[in-house]
Amino acid sequence: MEPILSINNLTKKFGYLTAVKDLSFTINKGNVYGILGPNGSGKSTTLGIVLNVVNKTTGDFKWFNGTVSTHNALKKVGAIIERPNFYPYMTAAQNLKLVCKIKGVNYSKIDEKLEIVNLLDRKDHKFSTYSLGMKQRLAIASALLNDPEILILDEPTNGLDPQGIHQIRQIIKDIAGEGTTILLASHLLDEVEKVCSHVVVLRKGEKLYSGRVDEMISSHGFFELKCENQEQLLTYLESNPDFGTVKVENQIITAFLNEPMDAVTFNKLMFEKGIVLSHLVKRKESLEEQFLQLTDKL
Amino acid sequence: MLRLLNLELQKLLLNRTSKILIFVSFVLPFTVLILSSIKINFFGFFTLELGELGIFNFPIIWHITTFFASQFKFFFAIVVVSMIGNEYSNKTLKQNLIDGLSKKEFILSKFYTIVFFSLVATLLIAVASFFIGLYYSSYTEASIIIRETDFLVAYFVKLVGFFSLCLFFGMLVKRSAFALAFLFILYILEWIAFGIISWQANMDVAEKIQNFFPLKSMYKLIDQPFQRVMMTKFPDKADLMYDYAVHWHEIAIVLCWTALFIFLSYRLLKKRDL
Repeated sequence: MEPILSINNLTKKFGYLTAVKDLSFTINKGNVYGILGPNGSGKSTTLGIVLNVVNKTTGDFKWFNGTVSTHNALKKVGAIIERPNFYPYMTAAQNLKLVCKIKGVNYSKIDEKLEIVNLLDRKDHKFSTYSLGMKQRLAIASALLNDPEILILDEPTNGLDPQGIHQIRQIIKDIAGEGTTILLASHLLDEVEKVCSHVVVLRKGEKLYSGRVDEMISSHGFFELKCENQEQLLTYLESNPDFGTVKVENQIITAFLNEPMDAVTFNKLMFEKGIVLSHLVKRKESLEEQFLQLTDKL
Repeated sequence: MLRLLNLELQKLLLNRTSKILIFVSFVLPFTVLILSSIKINFFGFFTLELGELGIFNFPIIWHITTFFASQFKFFFAIVVVSMIGNEYSNKTLKQNLIDGLSKKEFILSKFYTIVFFSLVATLLIAVASFFIGLYYSSYTEASIIIRETDFLVAYFVKLVGFFSLCLFFGMLVKRSAFALAFLFILYILEWIAFGIISWQANMDVAEKIQNFFPLKSMYKLIDQPFQRVMMTKFPDKADLMYDYAVHWHEIAIVLCWTALFIFLSYRLLKKRDL
């Protein structure tokens, strides 16, 4: 796979505070990546470094295999960090025109991208008259101007109302659907879970995990069960070595698997034992549960 | 280069405040120049015509107009510091870098703009002085007209130097109002330093050293013309003699400061985490 960004042993110190510690990971083309981590875990600092606005202390990073200088590489990148930053006295179209001049993109892209984010009818209004949601959508349009190879989004739904969040998510999903590589930093786990295929988990500037979302913790999932004869089911589950922890909560038994097993096999097995289930669901841990397990381990 | 200039001009000309300030910084010296060149009749009591004083004669007109026009540089200085201050307060500096502008290009786009406006200002003054001179001057031979046009070069260098200093202060403190305050502080510091040196050594040494200070060296490029006007009226008074010419070493000092300010601005931006 073609690497777009590779980070090697990157470290950033702000005085005594180490914001990013010996971080290494690679972003490959075509995947949607999430950077997860609590507030202050170094997500924005890492993005700041690769985007040329924060100076690294040690280590290095390479865009597109190091074939181009960072500022030229950034012309092929679309990025939004924290809050949308534009010139308040210019209209949306004028602001985008300026970005076109910086990136060396044709002006014809302006209307096309404003259409995508539904701002075409407001294009001649000043940026200062925009609501936060509109500003954020304009930022996305601006990041898309050059048809980027990778789109970097840092907390894109921060401070938005539910409609705004929904609109932004829909736009991100559409863009991901077209095969654009996306790097999404967020502490909102359901957001990452909904769109990302890969994650990098950070905590206090250190990498805890990087890889596929579903392989984050070695788990075979768990069953949620309910039946008339609870005692018999519990005794069986505890005696079966395929099952680990068994919990009972609100009449629902949660049994974690030690070995892979699908719901059909389990149901058949139960029936043979004479246990009739009234409720059977096989689930995997949500990203939130996985994330908390991972960050609590240390 | 044109791309960077174009970029900065869009930022400036779409901003109403800076547009007005730029307009004022060009129009005001002109209005003053043209008003002073016409005959003013004070309700029949007396007429004032500055042209009669001989100040619009070639070649002294170059000296007079550039000296007075350079007093209006402050308006564009406000534009320069605010164009840095705004980039910081709107966080658009950060966005520009993310969009793919390098830090070097950012400083260069500001510097090119400074050079561009200084050039336009110099050309306008040159054209205006030329025509007013043609109208009033007793001598209009080409050789006399050409003489002392080095004041125009000095004017250009002076503007570039002064605005580069403003650019540096803007980068240093990030706020336009504070940057202007710094200019004032620097002015006071130069005089304090002058005072200390003349107290420790003597006036002569102090004056020589003072000519190397940033603001003083820019001022020295075009010396005040009043004494010179007096000299033309009273040619026998030898104690009025002073050196008003533009010297290459004066230009060199200001160019060195300019280079230093631009370099320091770049270094500052490069080292800074945004």
